[in-house]
Amino acid sequence: MAEMIFTRNFHLADSHTLARYKETGGYTALTKAFRMEPAALAEEVKKSNLRGLGGAAFPTGMKWGFIPKGSTAPRYLVINADEGEPGTFKDRYLMERDPHGLIEGMIIAARAIGSHLGFVYIRGEYVQPWRVLDGAVREAYAAGLLGKNILGSGADFDIVLHRGAGAYICGEETGLLSSLEGKKGWPKIKPPFPAVKGAFGNPTIVNNVETIMAVPHIVNRGAEWFAGLGTKGQGGTRVYSVSGHVEKPGIVEAPVTVTLRQLIYDHCGGIRGGRKLKGVVPGGSSAAILTPDEIDIPMDADGPKSKGSMIGSAGIIVMDETVSIPEALMVVSRFYAHESCGQCTPCRESTGWIYKMTRRIVEGKGRKEDLDTILDVAKRGAGTTICAFYDGAVGPYISYIEKYRSEFEDLIRSNAHA
Amino acid sequence: MPKLTINGQPVEVPEGTNLIEAAKAIGVEVPHYCYHPSLTIAGQCRLCMVDIEKVPRPQIACNTVAAEGMVVETETARVKDTRRSMMEFHLINHPLDCPVCDQAGECFLQIYYMKHGLYDPRMTDEKVHKPKAVPLGPHVILDAERCILCSRCVRYCDEVTHTGELGIFNRGDHSEIGLFPGKTLENKYSGNVIDICPVGALTDRDFRFKVRVWYLDTAKSICNGCARGCNIEVHTNKHRHHHNEGRRVARLKPRFNADVNTWWICDAGRYGFQWIDDKSRLAQPLHRVGSQGTDVSWDRALEVTVAALRRYAPEEIGFLASPQMSNEDLWVLKRLADQLAVRNLDFRVPPATPGDEDNFLIRADKNPNTRGAVLCGIAPGPGGLDAPGMLRAARENRLKLLWIFHHDLAASSWAEGDVLTALEGAETVIFQGTNANDASARAHIVLPSAAYVESEGTFTNFEGRVQRFRTALPPLGSAWPDWMILSFVGKALGFQDPVFAAERAEQVWNALAAATPLLAGMTYRTIGDTGAMVKA
Repeated sequence: MAEMIFTRNFHLADSHTLARYKETGGYTALTKAFRMEPAALAEEVKKSNLRGLGGAAFPTGMKWGFIPKGSTAPRYLVINADEGEPGTFKDRYLMERDPHGLIEGMIIAARAIGSHLGFVYIRGEYVQPWRVLDGAVREAYAAGLLGKNILGSGADFDIVLHRGAGAYICGEETGLLSSLEGKKGWPKIKPPFPAVKGAFGNPTIVNNVETIMAVPHIVNRGAEWFAGLGTKGQGGTRVYSVSGHVEKPGIVEAPVTVTLRQLIYDHCGGIRGGRKLKGVVPGGSSAAILTPDEIDIPMDADGPKSKGSMIGSAGIIVMDETVSIPEALMVVSRFYAHESCGQCTPCRESTGWIYKMTRRIVEGKGRKEDLDTILDVAKRGAGTTICAFYDGAVGPYISYIEKYRSEFEDLIRSNAHA
Repeated sequence: MPKLTINGQPVEVPEGTNLIEAAKAIGVEVPHYCYHPSLTIAGQCRLCMVDIEKVPRPQIACNTVAAEGMVVETETARVKDTRRSMMEFHLINHPLDCPVCDQAGECFLQIYYMKHGLYDPRMTDEKVHKPKAVPLGPHVILDAERCILCSRCVRYCDEVTHTGELGIFNRGDHSEIGLFPGKTLENKYSGNVIDICPVGALTDRDFRFKVRVWYLDTAKSICNGCARGCNIEVHTNKHRHHHNEGRRVARLKPRFNADVNTWWICDAGRYGFQWIDDKSRLAQPLHRVGSQGTDVSWDRALEVTVAALRRYAPEEIGFLASPQMSNEDLWVLKRLADQLAVRNLDFRVPPATPGDEDNFLIRADKNPNTRGAVLCGIAPGPGGLDAPGMLRAARENRLKLLWIFHHDLAASSWAEGDVLTALEGAETVIFQGTNANDASARAHIVLPSAAYVESEGTFTNFEGRVQRFRTALPPLGSAWPDWMILSFVGKALGFQDPVFAAERAEQVWNALAAATPLLAGMTYRTIGDTGAMVKA
């Protein structure tokens, strides 16, 4: 059994308490970090090959380096805990079972980037994770781990918890910042990037929950150790959310060297009822679907990419042979039509249009030109918008149709008027 | 100053210029909807994509700052294809109701579809339906189905008027512009959202359904609503009288002038033109004997005017000029007063209520040419009477001839009784103006003036900027420009001053400029379309 990092204490009923966290080595990295220079901390994270675990897989240490040198404006650390990508539920468990891991990671990251104020933007539906994290933050304040002069180090750091109101787009880095600022959750035009001009106009680093929770472990055990757990492109383990038609759905922590086949068949007990695999989405609903012959890939940042998909949020959605891919695409396209923020024209207008077409196909009213229209519209809109939402929608639009085209065509052919 | 190349042409632009403006500098149009030079960058319409050397994908020109050595192409096959895609996206849920849409003819969906779209429509599913014909305020009406959600109007209300009435509500293709609860779009500059709306979503409640825009003629002009002198265009309907109940002025639109009003005008100015085609317009000279008024020819009107002027000594004559008159009008009047040795000369009539003013465009002085009246020397001569003095003298029968230009004295702060007894006290009252009022109803001689849109001339704004307005329409009925009426009077009196022989307003201007050191060398040509400052 490989080493557990994020989920090492999940078997303990009181893993969320400060006492248990400390007993299992918690907050020792913080003490160590306070003796390190901020630049050295950032360098350690850079060397660890830690990449963003929210979806974009951007190298974390590099992101921290984007704050303009010598900027005297306040800097903010914002934790993206909006976890809205369909098929993803790891951050929920991490916050419920290991809230102090997040808090410790935040204090260390804040030291590395020179921030004294952190925000955690939590998905509105996540009531329990918010309660647990809120309790942990209170504990941390009471224990002198947050606030002024933390543990006598001279460092100040405060955490503000902010609950979202249910929009998927508020999980997009800059949509989240707009929402945090009290505005409509519209992604911001870039440049300027958040590290230059983020929340409330100040330099801001936005990191995913899990990403920041890796930081104390990297500080404690060294960048080389963390990098060594993974592949050339990405260090560490990560927590995979596996849902759908497997025998044992749930979260799985594994080194990023693990293959998709291993996750499905070894960790999750294979396809339920001994049925056959039809397709699997490797990184949340925005990732292109993979066929059964495309699952022998490492689940790091590069593996799914080699098959034209992406690791994304590592939300793995397994579909067995009972699934109608056109119906699945209809459901997914309904989601993107519903969640498009409406700011950019291509996304606003075509997500709704594509949903109408997929619905018509499923209802048996498809036309033979529909499939090519969807593909053409998706390709024309891809890469033309402010944020990556539409590119995320295009992943399923194109891959579901291109890889399972005959299923769509069968449905269209069944339309007497086609 | 970065130097870059756009479509093979070198161009140098100020630091921070975006690619839309840089292209504009060399006459290249990058089509766009959401970008407006007065507003923050939204980057939402995605239409202004251009290719930039070494950049893998087309980029939006609005949010790309020109950089040294940048090589930009706005007409590559890829850019054109992207534009066509964006046009299709913009139009898939659009109702395509051009035949009943007031924006037709000046709609950038139409213009860009014809220029850059021309694709075969593929959308066959039911369109999204949204609210239609929703009044947002006294002047603006919304059709949410036509809206392309460029957010210009929202940003305008946030960033220019700081009134924040508008927002975009809902998400995805159900997004729509609307009012925040409890708000009405009734700020003093609300009409500007109609101009910056590139499509037919926001139309003008006053103008809509009146005239098709392609029937309109356009003249450059200056708003006469206050001392700011905002640059405007007068849009007139000369050829289809049946379309607008015979009203010739269809609407006023702001005209860009960086030094005066930029892109904007206030609602009071925009909608303050109804008097021009109003039934109260004076269209024929009138001579009143006793209680009997008779329409007369100009020859007769001039004859009785000249006779009246000859009947009295200069100190028995008073001229009450108006800061609504142009510099040209006022200069001929000034020369006439000088030739007649009339020293009772003024233009100042205090309004009943002080005008509103703000720190944007609106000035408390509701006259376009107060500064010009001062520069033309419209003031009491030595021992002469000012405006209240003239009225008092008329009440006391000392002033025999009172010649009132334009003023509606009922709208002044003077007591109505005092005004009426003054009008009765003078033996001869001449009213020269555009619209009937208490004075014209009592005047012995009524001389109908052309409205400012019916003549040409200049106003000098409160900052000292001399600005030209052009003739948008012929004068109504038998009305004449004031300067022309006055020059005929001067000529009929036998005065030799060449200003009385002027045939065009420009000749009057040249005489004024020659006689006024502060205006020396200033010509219609140098004043141009954006005005010129009087010398400090």
